[in-house]
Amino acid sequence: MTKKEEKKEYVKNGKRLDGRGLEELRPLKIEAGVLSRAEGSCYLEWGQNKIVAAVYGPREALPKHIQNPYKALVNYQYRMATFSVSDRKSPKPGRREIEISKVSGEALEKAIFLERFPNTTIGVFVEILDSNAGTRVAALTAASVALADAGIPMRDMVSAVGVGKAGGEIILDLNKDEEDASDAVDIPIAILPRTEEIVLLQMDGLLTPEEWKKALKLGLKGCKQVYEVQKEALRKKYLEAEKEEAEPNVEATTQGEGE
Amino acid sequence: MASDIVLDLRADKVIEAIRQGKRLDGRKFDEYREIKIIKNISKNANGSARVLFGETDVIAGVKMVPGDPFPDTPKEGSISVGAEFLPLASPLFEYGPPGKEEMELARVIDRGIRESKCLDFEKLCIKEGEKVWVVFIDLYTMNDDGNLFDAFSIAALSALLETKIPKLEDEYKIVKGEFSGKLHLARKPLLCTTTKIAGHLISDACFAEEKAMEARFSVATTEDGYMAAYQKGGSGSFSPKEIDDCIDLAFAEAKEMRKQL
Repeated sequence: MTKKEEKKEYVKNGKRLDGRGLEELRPLKIEAGVLSRAEGSCYLEWGQNKIVAAVYGPREALPKHIQNPYKALVNYQYRMATFSVSDRKSPKPGRREIEISKVSGEALEKAIFLERFPNTTIGVFVEILDSNAGTRVAALTAASVALADAGIPMRDMVSAVGVGKAGGEIILDLNKDEEDASDAVDIPIAILPRTEEIVLLQMDGLLTPEEWKKALKLGLKGCKQVYEVQKEALRKKYLEAEKEEAEPNVEATTQGEGE
Repeated sequence: MASDIVLDLRADKVIEAIRQGKRLDGRKFDEYREIKIIKNISKNANGSARVLFGETDVIAGVKMVPGDPFPDTPKEGSISVGAEFLPLASPLFEYGPPGKEEMELARVIDRGIRESKCLDFEKLCIKEGEKVWVVFIDLYTMNDDGNLFDAFSIAALSALLETKIPKLEDEYKIVKGEFSGKLHLARKPLLCTTTKIAGHLISDACFAEEKAMEARFSVATTEDGYMAAYQKGGSGSFSPKEIDDCIDLAFAEAKEMRKQL
């Protein structure tokens, strides 16, 4: 809405409007392997954001003229469901979604060993089901887990977080209220956590170099927290798979016969 | 038309030269090509400019049109940036709906202008809740020899600095050829892009250099020490230190460029 509340206090006694500390993420929950038809998939909840990501491929890139004989292509598609924002969104992908898809796909390219799959394409499809700021970084975080779940060889995960400014304070993981502040700065950042290589970085708002230094430090820290949750999601899935292998699923068999 | 193979071979040459601390055209790593700004190239535009970065040649035109305000900002005007890669500018461009490169470019230029708050959107209000000015900034390529981001940015700013606000009569109709004043810009945001090639940071990459790039990072800066937009592109990465270097370069280069406005 408009600047109706000019004097809104975004931070009071070290707490934000939703009760979080300045350097605190919203609750993040990640589950790997949620869609049976996809090669790899992920369901993610990050605050109010709800996201599903699926990976298909590597499969032959078509039409043939788009093939690269040296490496695989990444076809990353970030889309928002029509009901995922406050007003109904047109189902047609807008300029924003196309730009996000482009830079997010490029971010993943650094992580994947693309040269192992010439002439192919890796489809990464991400759907935003519910949104409250920070969806592009949440989508990338989910996509990265889906890629690992698909068994696609990667140098590292891609871990992403939003960092920025609201009410004069540098804060981690802005929510929608904070993003709507009159002085808001939004900085989505994604890294390969082991080497701190920055693979996605955007910013809009008015920021000084000093504020950026602070924001970057916080962003790197946030990405690493996200990394831990990503790894845990994958670990959990493999532990479950191992368990199933150790004790063949008798229950499932009997159920099957019963039908 | 230069085929892909020729471009690949040229990219190898670029990388080879950069590894030896040189660029094919003899420039230093942080050196821009000669910049030329030609103002008011179109009489019918409210503001316009043609910008040359060496052989890169782009045009920006501004049209101010009375439009409906967004329901959530009844007393604010707005801007709209469009970029079109004309087929006359490169064998690789074709007519058709805007591609993702054009959309990215337009959106990054848009962010630099919008977020720097160089335009006071409330001053673009004609009648609250009824009519506001929409400032259309349209960008066209004439010849693509690389670094369209920076060329478009300086072209857009130059065109805005020349923009005259049309005079309105009843029913919000524009009086042809008459103006009520000049558009006021509170800041002069400029985008500077640094390209990473073979691990080195290069300013103002030409087309051959862009073919060899790992990644690029653009920063929009203002003369009063703020940054208004970032954009990282390309499949490579930057270390935090490299990002800091790009920011320093962007401030220094924009300062130089502003002298030419």
